[in-house]
Amino acid sequence: MNNRKNTEAERLTFWEKMYIPEIARGLGITLRQMFKPKDFVRQYPEQRWEPTGSFRGRPVLVEEDGGERCVACGLCARVCPALAIEVQAGETPREKERYPEKFEINMLRCIFCSYCEEVCPEEAIVMSKDYEIVYTSPQEAILGKDELLVPKAKLQDRLEFLRQYK
Amino acid sequence: MPQFEFDGQLIETKPGKTIIEAAYDNGLSVPHFCWHPELPVAGNCRMCLVQVGMPAKDREGNFELDENGNKKINFIPKLQIACASPVQDGMVVKSVSDEAIEAQEAVMEFLLINHPLDCPICDEAGECKLQEYSFKHSKGQSRFDEEKNHKRKRQLWGPNVVFDAERCISCSRCIRFAKEVAKQDVLTFVQRGDHVTIELFDGTTFDSPYSMNVIDICPVGALTSPDFRFEARVWELSSNESISHFDGTGTNVYLGVRNNEILRITPRNNMYVNKYWIRDDARLSYDFVNKNRVTQPLINNNGTLEEANWEDAVSFAASKLDNFRGDQIVFVASSKATNEDNYIFNKFANEISKTQNVIYFTHTDETRIDDLLGVSDITPNTKGVEELNIGKESKIKPNDLAEKLKNGEIRAMYVMEEDFEDYPEILEQLKNLSFLAVHSYNMNKKINHYADIVFPASTFAEIEGTFTNLNGRVQHFTPALVTKENYRFMGMKMSRLDKFGADNDRWTNHEIRDSKQSWKIIQKIAKKLGEDWNYTKSSQVFDEISQNNPSFSDMDYKKLDEYQGLVLGKGNNPDAKQVNYISHYLKPQQTQKVVKFKG
Repeated sequence: MNNRKNTEAERLTFWEKMYIPEIARGLGITLRQMFKPKDFVRQYPEQRWEPTGSFRGRPVLVEEDGGERCVACGLCARVCPALAIEVQAGETPREKERYPEKFEINMLRCIFCSYCEEVCPEEAIVMSKDYEIVYTSPQEAILGKDELLVPKAKLQDRLEFLRQYK
Repeated sequence: MPQFEFDGQLIETKPGKTIIEAAYDNGLSVPHFCWHPELPVAGNCRMCLVQVGMPAKDREGNFELDENGNKKINFIPKLQIACASPVQDGMVVKSVSDEAIEAQEAVMEFLLINHPLDCPICDEAGECKLQEYSFKHSKGQSRFDEEKNHKRKRQLWGPNVVFDAERCISCSRCIRFAKEVAKQDVLTFVQRGDHVTIELFDGTTFDSPYSMNVIDICPVGALTSPDFRFEARVWELSSNESISHFDGTGTNVYLGVRNNEILRITPRNNMYVNKYWIRDDARLSYDFVNKNRVTQPLINNNGTLEEANWEDAVSFAASKLDNFRGDQIVFVASSKATNEDNYIFNKFANEISKTQNVIYFTHTDETRIDDLLGVSDITPNTKGVEELNIGKESKIKPNDLAEKLKNGEIRAMYVMEEDFEDYPEILEQLKNLSFLAVHSYNMNKKINHYADIVFPASTFAEIEGTFTNLNGRVQHFTPALVTKENYRFMGMKMSRLDKFGADNDRWTNHEIRDSKQSWKIIQKIAKKLGEDWNYTKSSQVFDEISQNNPSFSDMDYKKLDEYQGLVLGKGNNPDAKQVNYISHYLKPQQTQKVVKFKG
């Protein structure tokens, strides 16, 4: 870049400085848009947006082999800046001795920061693509294990994304 | 007194001390796993390797100097373990030199080869010595990519100890504890090399009354408690200092509290009382605090106990107590209550009800006696009640209470924190009374059914006060649980979740009980009866005790905390402060400034 011309005003050409042709050009762009097909409004909910793997939607638990991956270590609950997560561990006879007896996320508290996902040593809690988060009562917004568990197959995009960028 | 140099610092110590002991006595530390001040030295973890040397001397006996004029040190070619090397005068020890650090990192790498990476599952995580050291003294990476050894998990050693062989780092602390402290020599190493594991001798179980202490001294999560297993992560608990309520030893404890429930009790060091240990029964004795509590004053209405508010309950009790004076009424103090409660109770009896009939009952279990911490007394404050001169001038003695109740000589009774569960003959005769007021912790106590009024008394975990143990040591404790009464100043003592929980958070659905400390209940009644008692804090009551009672003279809460308790009559002559060794912390603390030496 030319160091002597380092402000926006100095970099303008003569015609740009004249101002009027630039206004005409801008109006031209606007006019052209008026005659183009109008598809910049999505017809939600008939037409839904499919987010990419990097999207941070509602946090969910990964379900694998008919059970949760989660071992109830409580790191997500500890790291959660909004204290949205509550975990109560229990003991199982399985090889991983520990499982979450209770796992609740209060979606009214959740701020979608994805720290829980980042800290999870088992890759058991991930951010899903679910962005339709509506509840009719504060109690309904506290999601239990039954609502949080999502089969691994449905979360492939996010898991792929994490493997690449985490 | 030998003097030696530890990491550039000159330390004076008693002859015969090892390097690690001398370091800890002076507030310094050496990394270690197997060493414990109360256990014999094993020297098998090799974590405390340090460089040890002596200044070189020439033939005339003068120190040899290097070109800079410093003493030349002849180091022992191989590193020495600080836990088994006695200090010699003039010795030079380096625990943070390059060689020592290299050795410590190598030992950590060896230990971590077969240690499973299951911290998320492990109960010890958060207060684990291995975790702390892999952070402080390890390279943070493993070069071992082969399969780790697998060993038996979840072995039950006894009723209160679960052993996970995979996590064990073979420090042998539990073996030495069982042999030397618990005097139950049932544990031993079997196998060799990386297959080494700890097993019970055939046909034995580790069921000593002190067995659970191995869980605390285990530097890793190999030993866990079935009682607390997976109950909570340790960082979710608030850990508040307290005194065990279970027996007359006055064991110093931490109460682990979450959601206003005690989830575990762990021992706290006090070299004059319990050292590092606690009995299992005392450790597991917290259910009465969590469950089945009286949460409201209850007034007996024709056989059913009905909830009442404090105002009504106090007026009712005051109006009834006003009718009985002198020999008609008996006050039953309690060795389960604090010195403060008993003092105010006694004062109420003497000054308001004008009676000397204040008695207390002892509760004993002879099977508990042993030569470590076991005493027959299963109440925390018998000595304190005795020292407050309660029952000395009473016309009625505990032994003839049942008889006097039967023949109707006693018409009213005021019972504070006593349930008579050990005295069924008295319980039976309580129906003859025309008025009975009770301070009770739990709903399931039989005495509640005979009572005209039941006041909800706060337990030791909810109040501030002092207990006097059987050796006459007065120890101060503060609340760990929240009640309506102490809610306002408990903020910082609550666990994180409880601190920040809102009404709609399900994790904070704890019961906040409307119970009160006994002396506060008594003061309310006294005020109703026209006395102007104005104690606002337990410390004011204690200061009054300290002024009036020569045994408690020169004591106050601050001093009791500072010296970890004072012995009766020795308020102005406290025992020397002891160095409190803590094996592993809930929160890793920087115990030593790490200075790296050149060369």
